[in-house]
Amino acid sequence: MDDLLADFLTESKEGLQALDAALLGLEKTPGDSRLVSEAFRIVHTIKGTCGFLGLSRLEAVAHAAENLLGHWRDGTLAVTAGGITAILSALDRIRLILTSLETAGREPEGDDTSLVALLDAAIRGEAEAGPAGTPAAQPEPAADPLPGAQPAGPQTIRVAVEILEDLMTLVSELVLTRNQLLQLARAEENSAFAVPLQRLSQITSDLQDGVMKTRMQPIGTAWSKLPRLVRDLSHELGKRIELDMRGAETELDRQVLELIKDPLTHMVRNSADHGLETPEARRAAGKPETGRILLHAYHEGGHIVMELADDGRGLDTQRIRQKVVAQGLATEAELAAMSPADIHRFIFRPGFSTAAAVTSVSGRGVGMDVVKTNIERIGGTVDVRSEQGRGTRFVVKIPLTLAIAAALIVEAGGERFAIPQTGVLELVRIGAEQADGPRLERLGESPVMRLRDRLLPLIPLAGLLRLGEEAAEPRFVVVTQVGAQIFGIVVDRVFDTEEIVVKPVAPILRHVTMFSGNTILGDGSVIMILDPAGIARATGLGAEAAPDAASEHAVARSGGSGRRTALLLFRAGSTAPCAVPLALVARLEELEAGRIERAGDRMLVQYRGGLMPVLPLPGVVPAGDGRQPVLVFGEGERAFGLMVEEILDVVEEELRLDDAGLRPGFLGSGVVAGRVTDLLDAAYWLRQGGTDWFSPAARAADGARILVVEDSAFFRNLIVPTLTAAGHQVSTVANGREALRLRDAGERFDAILSDIEMPEMDGLALAAAIRAGGPWADLPIVALTGRASPDDIARGREAGFTDYIGKYDREALLVSLAECLRANAA
Amino acid sequence: MPQATLTRTATEAADMVLTLTVAGQLCGVPVLSVRDVLGEQAITRIPLAPPEIAGSLNLRGRIVTALDLRRRLGLPPRDPGRPAMSVVVEVGGELYSLLADQVGEVLALNPAERAPNPPTLQPAWRDLSLGVQRLGGSLLVLLDVGRLLEIEA
Repeated sequence: MDDLLADFLTESKEGLQALDAALLGLEKTPGDSRLVSEAFRIVHTIKGTCGFLGLSRLEAVAHAAENLLGHWRDGTLAVTAGGITAILSALDRIRLILTSLETAGREPEGDDTSLVALLDAAIRGEAEAGPAGTPAAQPEPAADPLPGAQPAGPQTIRVAVEILEDLMTLVSELVLTRNQLLQLARAEENSAFAVPLQRLSQITSDLQDGVMKTRMQPIGTAWSKLPRLVRDLSHELGKRIELDMRGAETELDRQVLELIKDPLTHMVRNSADHGLETPEARRAAGKPETGRILLHAYHEGGHIVMELADDGRGLDTQRIRQKVVAQGLATEAELAAMSPADIHRFIFRPGFSTAAAVTSVSGRGVGMDVVKTNIERIGGTVDVRSEQGRGTRFVVKIPLTLAIAAALIVEAGGERFAIPQTGVLELVRIGAEQADGPRLERLGESPVMRLRDRLLPLIPLAGLLRLGEEAAEPRFVVVTQVGAQIFGIVVDRVFDTEEIVVKPVAPILRHVTMFSGNTILGDGSVIMILDPAGIARATGLGAEAAPDAASEHAVARSGGSGRRTALLLFRAGSTAPCAVPLALVARLEELEAGRIERAGDRMLVQYRGGLMPVLPLPGVVPAGDGRQPVLVFGEGERAFGLMVEEILDVVEEELRLDDAGLRPGFLGSGVVAGRVTDLLDAAYWLRQGGTDWFSPAARAADGARILVVEDSAFFRNLIVPTLTAAGHQVSTVANGREALRLRDAGERFDAILSDIEMPEMDGLALAAAIRAGGPWADLPIVALTGRASPDDIARGREAGFTDYIGKYDREALLVSLAECLRANAA
Repeated sequence: MPQATLTRTATEAADMVLTLTVAGQLCGVPVLSVRDVLGEQAITRIPLAPPEIAGSLNLRGRIVTALDLRRRLGLPPRDPGRPAMSVVVEVGGELYSLLADQVGEVLALNPAERAPNPPTLQPAWRDLSLGVQRLGGSLLVLLDVGRLLEIEA
């Protein structure tokens, strides 16, 4: 039997019992309007549902009964004994049909005309006059073929959610007690309790599974209202929409289910309203007139993945860009650094709606941000993929249950904590015993760790939670991901993973945002559950600001990670700190001051088997003795050092440059980590570093002529020094059109690096134009982008790009370029 | 000792208190809010919590937040050797454990013998007291459980 029908039967049976009682009460006190209303409501509900389920016979009977009850309710007709009898016969008929539905799965054959006539007669006030009508209707039920067929017992019973919750609590407690007993028994060999305890343990586990199952419901229950919604929307909007639902049987915890209902409804609305086009527009675009919305749910690890896709027009990247700029959420230059996917993610920003017209369906500015907030509140994530003209796909990932989660148990400062395993990427052991293994290093005050060429910010847990002194030697780093941000949590010890029952913390502790809940471990002790997102926020690492943060700054911070740059902060000369993108810096060194030698007016230091020129930044007095901090740019032969006073920190921040107060060697200033900070112009200092840098004689043998197509001055300033330092000859233009002008002017290059998003002519168009023919047709073209998703890369390759590189990835850029040049030369 | 007549009608129960001692002072909490009385418990510290919060403990599978009455009332800490008693109360559906030095008995109080807070009562106590009850030769402070839990974050 179908679930919907089963639910309907259970509901209707309960309704009928209540109806029986109401009608009998009404016989005693015919004037009781409350009873009339209740009876009306019950019959109305049954009628409404059976219409929906296509149960025509039932609907006809219920409809006639509802009519009569409606008159009673409105007071247009007095309640009479004859009328009540007529309703009771209708009730019996309904019950009979329901029984058949339950056993045979369909409505029985039969004719209800006389019963309906009886009810209609009662409305006309004739019931009293013709009581003979009642017996006439009576024989009908008997005619229905149900002799001896034992009605199957109810397939489902309703249980108050509270009882299930209590059961869950009791089972949790039972599990804990079981665990304690097992621990005691383990201490005693050959205990007489061992065997029964084993049995108890097994039963307890089974019981736990069983109770967990009672909380699980198919996701289809959250979808049940959607077909109707889509039908109404298609009428309202004049669109043809087909709703395809797959994986409705996928089960998840009812608590989670309740919480995703609203966001889901909103997303379906959005798809129907914004996503799908009108039949005419679809026809014009060569698509079938009927638009399709696909809902697909499936399990993946400890999560449920729910995809909501439409084959509509897709997100309008251009319009989103305009809106982003208009609302001041980002500048053109920042947008230029972003991939289309990053730009699409702006739809999750508060108050962001691109709907040109506000329809009654959507576009009221309450939008995807609410959806995102609600989904994140239950520990889920939502992302969007869209292709213009092809459609939009939302991917929602939600935990299977909020109640039970796998967690890693760790210790810091003598206390134990649980870290939910969902965000944990890996565990790294650090310590002196592994000389070449990962070590905890310090940049100024901030501990960092180098892990496979990544510089990870570290957060010592004991310090963060003010648990007193950090252990002399922290031994483990829990590498954790929150959004796009990866960081390490330093702990003293790591125990096991354990399935924990998550319980909310007491209201009195809600302000401590570092914890997402607490739980009881197998040994009966209470421990706190760490919230990695809260930790990231508290330490300023959070890539995503708190959803309720309303200030412009906070809103700007919550953007895609593509615009955030890892910056090295240092002090040079003035009190204001300086910053340089970490990606540009090859190494940080503390050189012995005595090793820095003067040759004429230049300073040199023997470094890695060569001589490296070093230069003090203005205001920096080279240390007379002790150690001199130096930022090293470039590699090998081309290494070059800048002396600074002190290395302060590495932070990940969005850069907003303000050109005011420009001085040579600095690109401008911006606010970093809450302080006004000067941004170093690395290109300027490379030029200052040594005359031979840019002279032809010193050019490396593999030095190539490179054209950089990039509209943002900021990124040009990031890329050019990197290339120059690697020995290449670099020209720059601001967009695709200018690049083609160079081609037509007969300029020759060995390779082209191009941004994707640019005004006038973007990178994809440029690549296509170059590949279309002409002297540049075979040149390697490398795409530079804020972020490269597999989709972006696929599209880039289609357009003719040779490779796809992140703008901040200095290493990858040089490697890719070298490969392209080599391949092209061969 | 005024022995309460233990006919537990609702009205009388409302006037019954569980007595407890904090740094020598006799206090009372309404018996209707009390869910349990426990001996010394293993209490887990909660980092970053207000200092009055001693931690949390496990009461038959429910997590109970422990509030140190001495700290809450601005009194010196208990001697390390002396275990605290837990009076578990329910407020707003949540369980809290009030850590006291000793727990006494259940008493029916005569409302006629209740007096408002004397003006000389220390502010720390005055804010948390519903009144003072004469009890034979000694005085009992009626603690306001709701106010006890209003801790400034």
